[in-house]
Amino acid sequence: MYSQAKRLSQLALSPVLLALTLFSSGAWASNGQRWETNMTTSVTEVGQKIYDLHMLVFWICVIVGVVVFGFLFYSVFAFRKSQGAKASNFHENTTLEVAWTIVPFLILVVMAWPATTTLIEIYDTDDADIDILVTGYQWKWKYEYIIPEGDNISFFSNLLTDKSEIYNTAEKGSNYLLEVDEPMVIPVDKKIRFLITANDVLHAWWVPALAVKKDAIPGFINESWTRAEETGVYRGQCAELCGRDHGYMPIVVNVVEQAEYDQWLAGKQAEAAEIKQLMAQTFSMDELMQRGKAVYTRSCVACHGANGEGGVGKPIAGSPIATGGVSEHIGLMINGVPGSAMQAFGGQLNDVELAAVVTYSRNAFGNNMGDKVQPIDIYNFKKGQ
Amino acid sequence: MGAHGPAKGLSRWLFTTNHKDIGSMYLWFSFAMFLLGGSFAMIIRAELFQPGLQIVEPEFFNQMTTMHGLVMVFGAIMPAFVGLANWMIPLMIGAPDMALPRMNNWSFWILPPAFALLASTLFMEGGGPNFGWTFYAPLSTTYAPPSVTYFIFGVHIMGLSSIMGAINIIATIVNMRAPGMTYMKMPLFVWTWLITAFLLVAVMPVLAGAVTMMLMDIHFGTSFFSAAGGGDPVLFQHVFWFFGHPEVYIIILPGFGVVSQIIPTFSRKPLFGYDSMVYATASIAFLSFIVWAHHMYTVGMPIAGELFFMYATMLIAVPTAAKVFNWITTMFKGSLTFETPMLFSIAFVFLFTVGGFSGLMLAIAPADFQYHDTYFVVAHFHYTMVAGAIFSMSAAVYYWLPKWTGKMYNETMGKTHFWVSFVGFNLTFFPQHFVGLAGMPRRIPDYNLMFADFNMMSSIGAFIYGASQLLFLFNVVRTITHGEKIDDPKVWDGAHGLEWTVPTPAPYHTFTTPPEVKESEAHG
Repeated sequence: MYSQAKRLSQLALSPVLLALTLFSSGAWASNGQRWETNMTTSVTEVGQKIYDLHMLVFWICVIVGVVVFGFLFYSVFAFRKSQGAKASNFHENTTLEVAWTIVPFLILVVMAWPATTTLIEIYDTDDADIDILVTGYQWKWKYEYIIPEGDNISFFSNLLTDKSEIYNTAEKGSNYLLEVDEPMVIPVDKKIRFLITANDVLHAWWVPALAVKKDAIPGFINESWTRAEETGVYRGQCAELCGRDHGYMPIVVNVVEQAEYDQWLAGKQAEAAEIKQLMAQTFSMDELMQRGKAVYTRSCVACHGANGEGGVGKPIAGSPIATGGVSEHIGLMINGVPGSAMQAFGGQLNDVELAAVVTYSRNAFGNNMGDKVQPIDIYNFKKGQ
Repeated sequence: MGAHGPAKGLSRWLFTTNHKDIGSMYLWFSFAMFLLGGSFAMIIRAELFQPGLQIVEPEFFNQMTTMHGLVMVFGAIMPAFVGLANWMIPLMIGAPDMALPRMNNWSFWILPPAFALLASTLFMEGGGPNFGWTFYAPLSTTYAPPSVTYFIFGVHIMGLSSIMGAINIIATIVNMRAPGMTYMKMPLFVWTWLITAFLLVAVMPVLAGAVTMMLMDIHFGTSFFSAAGGGDPVLFQHVFWFFGHPEVYIIILPGFGVVSQIIPTFSRKPLFGYDSMVYATASIAFLSFIVWAHHMYTVGMPIAGELFFMYATMLIAVPTAAKVFNWITTMFKGSLTFETPMLFSIAFVFLFTVGGFSGLMLAIAPADFQYHDTYFVVAHFHYTMVAGAIFSMSAAVYYWLPKWTGKMYNETMGKTHFWVSFVGFNLTFFPQHFVGLAGMPRRIPDYNLMFADFNMMSSIGAFIYGASQLLFLFNVVRTITHGEKIDDPKVWDGAHGLEWTVPTPAPYHTFTTPPEVKESEAHG
């Protein structure tokens, strides 16, 4: 049913499309996805209704367009002066004016009815099976699964595409800019409620196949929901301009069977328990440096450079922070620098990661301060502020 | 230097209070801004020619999209129509000049500094405005580059200029009509501008309020738009779009007026449904105040609000459709010729209606959840802004240029300009409907491979459209320097209206004694 509607719509658009693509018509048949001309079909019931509504309004526009443009082109061709047309002098007809006010109005009513019922359905966020708090950050997403009986599970989802593909030194993959390191995972046929907010500027969480687009606004929590009827990987992007890397914060949602979801969730919970345990540990310098390097590569390198040489951010090599007092350094990491690109990492990295990355930046890039920061130091600092 | 002629040299332009001089300055200024904003668009399309980053970095790309929008809306389209109003309204209503000539001079002369200020931000530390022409907080406040303060000051000055221009137009139309020129005899261009001017007076102060609140948030510790301080980022959007939606009608209504002058002339038949055109324009203006939140369907409004704004927005289709029917019925059973102004006007009716259709689709709130902030929206508003405002403006220049200069433009070159523009425009923006529906967000410098083909097409179209505007410039300059002289006051055999009763070229001072308004000249 989905594919049929889609085929119909492509049929409708293809004459226009062909006219536009005459000069490259060889490429036309080769890759259907590349030449996609219509709205993404949805794997949700509501999404399908939106799609049908879109097609209804589209077809009404096509029919009205044929009539109006037919009248336009007839008038232009039939009454050419060069063909000897003599001008009439009529300039008023009240009946006609009334008719073309009332008829469009009635057509609008035809559209408004399904639009209203669909909208009411979209707004019904009650009775969700799972709640996920979605938080937009410059420029990544944080997903926090609300677990009523136990600790919440949360993680960040970052762009996976390598810089070499963006800067054209490596071939671009088929999921170019639409791939993340850690996708959201949800079970099929369950009502998922998204609680959407932002940490810094406005973002918008949009997955076309799930028919969800909602603004993420700092200080406010918006609600939206979906119930995916087919398993699969669905991709989307941030849809509200949010600064430099707005084009580089994709969304990937894996819709899986319930059993697979349970397994995934259990894995995440075990991981969280492990981190909790690690927080109480004391690490050796080597362990901290190793972990710190991993964190640096993931979270810092984009602004501060692979060798701490700086870029968008200040250099770390020889910086007064990394070679200054430890508590100032920890404070900077946790609270960021308001109004600058340096974010507050206190809520983004766990205490082990923070301890490791502070240690790493104090001892790498020739800084050689020799001091270690342990998770307990981070914990105490946060408690003290 | 006679009492009745223009002063010589630079002082003529600096100190002039003559509506024709000021109109010309507005027109040249807006064309310069059109080229500047257009060159920003060329950079955008060059970067989007292929996926990956080739020419500019994302940070600069964002400055280009922002500056393109700001310069085109505030620098090109609005001043162009104010220039046209300056030239034509006194000629159309039989007035010797604008009602407030000194303020007229001031309204124009504060514009160049405002745009110099805005353009200079590109060279400042941290770069120019990079938050989109809609400058949503907090990206434009807490997270903005330092140059945002210059941007705010620039917007204040532009707003001041627009408000003064609008007051002047209202004062002129209300007070200076020739005896016998009753309201319902005024040419439609004058009517659409009268309504536009009221919109301007109503909403430009709202824009000034929005940027002032931004200024306070940035420099004086207030939290109008910061949730952390008890403010509301969504408030910004409500205030902005309360200005912004009437603004898009400010941009398009004078264009409606222009084609309502041109289509009757080249159809050799009076405008069909003059009264209903006036009422439809007024209805559109009224509705423009109660539909602003359709730009914000995804912010999480209560469903009652969502439904209200959806219904109100859909209603706009009614008066707009009536206008389109009236234009076409004017051509029906006429005697049509297709000089350049007519070609642009017919294309206006056709393409603006296409933009109207996509507008109707966007009005449907549930469907908008899929369209919002995608290239579908970009396609929609360029069909209305470019094919609406720019096409009608081009039509106006070709139509009245002989009256202004006393010389005829080159028709072949004009028609070439039209056809190249038409093809380039559609090649640019039609494919953007497709990539938008397929899921490409707007304001991104880079995209997935599935959008590559249509984007390349779009860029090629943009370069063609851009190049065609240079031909336009060349044609206008060549007309002024080498154009064939004409002295027929009417210029076009089907033309009606007072502006065609004065000599060609229009002398420096016209209607120093009020003309007699004949029944045959009514409605233009």
